Amino acid sequence: MKPVLLIDFGSTYTKVTAVDTDAPRLLGTANSYTTVQTDINNGLADALRRLEQQTGKLDFCARYACSSAAGGLRMLASGLVPELTAEAAKTASLGAGAKVLKTYAFKLNEDDADEIKATNPDIFLLVGGTDGGNTECIIHNAKVLQEIGGDYPIILAGNRNAARTCEKILEGREVHITENVMPSFGVLNTEPVQSEIREVFLNRIIRAKGLSKAAELINGILMPTPSAVMKAIRLLAEGTETQKGVGDLVAVDVGGATTDVYSVAEGLPDDPRTALRGLPEPYVKRTVEGDIGMRYSIKGIVDAAGLKATAEVAGLSEERLAEIVERFAAHTDLLPDDDETQRADEALASMAVRVAMTRHAGRLSEIFGLGGLQLVQTGKNLLNVERFIVTGGSLIHTEHTGRIASYGFYDEADPTSLKPKRCEVLVDRSYIIAAMGLLSEYDPDAALTILKEELMKDDGTK
Amino acid sequence: MEKQKKTLVIGVIGADVHAVGNQILYHAFTDAGFNVVNLGVMVSQEEFINAAIETNADAIVVSSLYGQGELDCRGLREKCDEAGLDHVLLYVGGNIVIGKQPFDEVEKRFKAMGFDRSFPPGTPPEVDIAALKEDLHVED
Repeated sequence: MKPVLLIDFGSTYTKVTAVDTDAPRLLGTANSYTTVQTDINNGLADALRRLEQQTGKLDFCARYACSSAAGGLRMLASGLVPELTAEAAKTASLGAGAKVLKTYAFKLNEDDADEIKATNPDIFLLVGGTDGGNTECIIHNAKVLQEIGGDYPIILAGNRNAARTCEKILEGREVHITENVMPSFGVLNTEPVQSEIREVFLNRIIRAKGLSKAAELINGILMPTPSAVMKAIRLLAEGTETQKGVGDLVAVDVGGATTDVYSVAEGLPDDPRTALRGLPEPYVKRTVEGDIGMRYSIKGIVDAAGLKATAEVAGLSEERLAEIVERFAAHTDLLPDDDETQRADEALASMAVRVAMTRHAGRLSEIFGLGGLQLVQTGKNLLNVERFIVTGGSLIHTEHTGRIASYGFYDEADPTSLKPKRCEVLVDRSYIIAAMGLLSEYDPDAALTILKEELMKDDGTK
Repeated sequence: MEKQKKTLVIGVIGADVHAVGNQILYHAFTDAGFNVVNLGVMVSQEEFINAAIETNADAIVVSSLYGQGELDCRGLREKCDEAGLDHVLLYVGGNIVIGKQPFDEVEKRFKAMGFDRSFPPGTPPEVDIAALKEDLHVED
């Protein structure tokens, strides 16, 4: 046996997963509260004790961790045009596993400056202008950042013609210059900025957040948790050199404060005559809905989906549902305790999945011109995706996961939204996806075997 | 020096899908030494403007082949001004109006809409290139 320990320092819980990579299988999982305020090792030791109660004493040959503790990797970004470089900056940061608190477009003003100062992010991503294009905006924004002060690092990934000028303006600050996130119009170049974010995370953020104490005991905190999730689902979709993957997929994580959606698919139109509009889409895409969550952002679900529609799904009156929503919002640690609150909780989760998937998926619109009908697609086409992974506390602890997940599928009432048509639901019941993403860095075959084994055995219908 | 090249944003406006002429213009302008950002067909006014902002464009060259150009182009100048692109040169060309109309009248109408130059159907690219070079002070 060759046991490996995978640790996820979450914002609330420290989750530990033990696997055997010799004969790949899951040995056990356990969790405990994250103790980042005092010593992060206390929570880890506690979780390990609980784990070893199930598995017996384990002699780990490696320990790897990911982290979203202490607020995660908190980023701010600024670009020029909202739909272009500002969007590119956001897409790149989300893809690097960051929590993007806000994305600014055009020139930063005094209010933005105050807000940035108050936010005090872990990293600021400064972009704008294609190479050889606009330099005015990014230079202005660099000056604003210099005036605000602060000691967070700034990553410059804008117009290369302005990079050195911005660096000079930001003298005395930690500045990382990398390739433009949009080197020419409509071209997304996210990889260089993402590897820079990863470097800053490893070299600086872990220490700044008091996580380095743990890093001494383990083989390192390797990445932010969302990056680990992305690695795992990509591995599951694509497979390894020796094992086949399961193909294109979507994953949804409905949390208490946000809902994350991941897709691994090219997402091109079914009909080659369809025109594509907007920025090119990343093959592995992550979106985060900050207003959609089961407790802290519960009102955002009702705002987005409508009280009436949500109440219909729950089979409750609008008044009753509104009361329950108020109660959950005020007491974020409440769990459903009777039939009505259970139905409300599931209806809210269903709506969260629907809203987040609708925002993540692309759209197909029809335009009638002189040449007849012309189809135009924006975003990713997920119609043909066949697997839908469900993870996150609110969905894996109910019996009706499959039914809730189906709200993320193609909907005849909203036919232009390109959500998956026929989909098999896979449930991450043991909550191992992030752990397998970590493991995939060292033993992708073992990680894939365990992922398949654990996810395929549960289709959410119980 | 790369930056010395003048940047043009080109595309076919509105719901128009005529791709060939635009592609010819792309090659002709590129060969003539311009940095060309080609937005393709079915381009909205906003897309022309956004591209021009990011790329710091010197001119926007709008094509329209399906007769609805006058409707599609209305307000583009005003939106450019609003977006801080008041210095950007605006050209339009193709079958930009419905039916056969005397082109000097058409030109006058587009001038009033804020287009610096308009070109009738069948204009060879060399004519546009000469005009661009003159207006953007590009020396051969």
